[in-house]
Amino acid sequence: MNWHEKSLTELSNALSAKEISSVELTQYFLGRMARSKEFNAYLDVQEDFSLRDARAADQKIARGEAGPLTGIPIAHKDVFVTKDWKSTAASKMLENFLSPYDARVVELLGTNGAGMVCLGKTNMDEFAMGSSNENSAYGAALNPWNTSYVSGGSSGGSAVAVAAGLTPIATGTDTGGSIRQPAAFCGITGIKPTYGSVSRYGMIAYASSLDQAGPMGKSAKDCALILNAISGHDPRDSTSLRKGAMDYQGLIGKPWSTPGGLPLQDLRIGVPEEYFAQGLQEEVRNSVQEALKKFEELGATCIAVSLPKTKLSIPVYYVLAPAEASSNLSRYDGVRYGFRAKEYKDLNQMYERSRSEGFGAEVKRRILIGTYVLSQGYYDAYYLQAQKIRRIIAEDFQAAFTKCDVLMGPVAPQAAWKVGEKSKDPVEMYLEDIYTLSPNLAGLPAMSIPCGMSQQGLPIGLQIIGNYFSEAKMLQIADQFQQNSSWHQLAPTNSGVKK
Amino acid sequence: MNIEEINHLAKLSGLELDPHQTKQVSKELENILNLVAELQSIDTTGVEPLFHPIALIEQLSQALRVDIVSEDNNRTNNMLSAPVSHKGLYLVPKVIE
Repeated sequence: MNWHEKSLTELSNALSAKEISSVELTQYFLGRMARSKEFNAYLDVQEDFSLRDARAADQKIARGEAGPLTGIPIAHKDVFVTKDWKSTAASKMLENFLSPYDARVVELLGTNGAGMVCLGKTNMDEFAMGSSNENSAYGAALNPWNTSYVSGGSSGGSAVAVAAGLTPIATGTDTGGSIRQPAAFCGITGIKPTYGSVSRYGMIAYASSLDQAGPMGKSAKDCALILNAISGHDPRDSTSLRKGAMDYQGLIGKPWSTPGGLPLQDLRIGVPEEYFAQGLQEEVRNSVQEALKKFEELGATCIAVSLPKTKLSIPVYYVLAPAEASSNLSRYDGVRYGFRAKEYKDLNQMYERSRSEGFGAEVKRRILIGTYVLSQGYYDAYYLQAQKIRRIIAEDFQAAFTKCDVLMGPVAPQAAWKVGEKSKDPVEMYLEDIYTLSPNLAGLPAMSIPCGMSQQGLPIGLQIIGNYFSEAKMLQIADQFQQNSSWHQLAPTNSGVKK
Repeated sequence: MNIEEINHLAKLSGLELDPHQTKQVSKELENILNLVAELQSIDTTGVEPLFHPIALIEQLSQALRVDIVSEDNNRTNNMLSAPVSHKGLYLVPKVIE
């Protein structure tokens, strides 16, 4: 049986029908993981702990206490701290870090929560800073469609693991596109919910006012199941919204408006002209436009809208995110945990050397930029000015949403690029984030679904941006598209997993 | 950015850069600052900064909790990843000569 091709619901049904046990399912995926190490998708695998979780799940199933996710394996991005697996954020700084507690997301999905089985921790750009996974201190996770190409970042390992069938589903985090862009590059579905929906407790911090966790899976339906389990208020995260539980699955399979007509009748899709401006690769444009046509066939109407400050999202993001990072990463001092340099002559030199040797080049660049824009004399001109433009960007979205229900456009200007192609010039890499940054700045939910293939045989993603708390509708729309297309079912033919 | 400025910035950042890195970093930071320079040309008169994105649509208040002990004493576990410790204490180089 090809269990790695099954949806979460199919796996759940197989588990409750006793067609397979959670232990067997876990062994199946651990086996695939062991045979595909060249993707570098996982940073830490502890079979004993995975099997322990699986046995607990099997007992739950036997007692008739299973929920819809019990016994299904999942992989966690290494930015979530875990008690049993190392938590490194793909940094040398945290090479052997063992957390005394589990992140809220891990806790909610694990044995004492939904009963899922953790398969291990996935590769990422160091501290989630990057768009290609090449900033990992442990080597990049490679694109399973073609290992000469990047997987995207920063949640590249999670995207690779799902695409190559090394886990049924994974968690990711998105600060400026880190769920959506690797999802697009690897041909999977990923959603970043509204800021504050999922607890950041135990998520190693990068830029706290932008960081948000979400699922990365094979379909919108699978992602909805996970989102239901991980969202909700957590008093241990002061930015967690005080909202009641939301049902992200409730609209799946339902028509947009009146039953009986076309499934997406009356849906108004805003198409921002700035997302199709110069710089967008032709084949990406064509694929996205084909997808929009499909939505029209399903009953939707496309409306031209404008998000005039889209280009400014790059400078705004690359001031705010480094500013917050420079503050968040000041905790790494080589004293309480983390890397400590071998040679130093005093306390200050110990701090400086530990940080200089423990952090990679991109992390140091962002700390320096962040420190600069927050320093005396520059704070108003850079940091405060960026926060003001952030409001203008967020208001532009609200103006657009008076005319439409959701926005759609590309996730990235091009499909995955070759390993090494953009790693020499940081600014060139930053420019690739143009379509994904502004939803983070505005705190809006945004997702990526597969919508085409490039000539090189690499996946292309469609981005859906919704208004605040409209995730259920976005997932409903994405699911309708997936019920009527097959892009999300494509998998790398030679997935590299040895027999 | 001249060498002196870079070194000052590194100091503020708690980082140590060797002379070769300083030159390299200076060029890279210059490029990034050019990228973000566009912000200065935008008129933001009367615009309030947006620190928390959800504050755009909802009045948010500072989350406070009751001032009671919420965690057990977990000293041993909390110190598991300390690079150098001794009898439950973190060790650092001598601070006062």
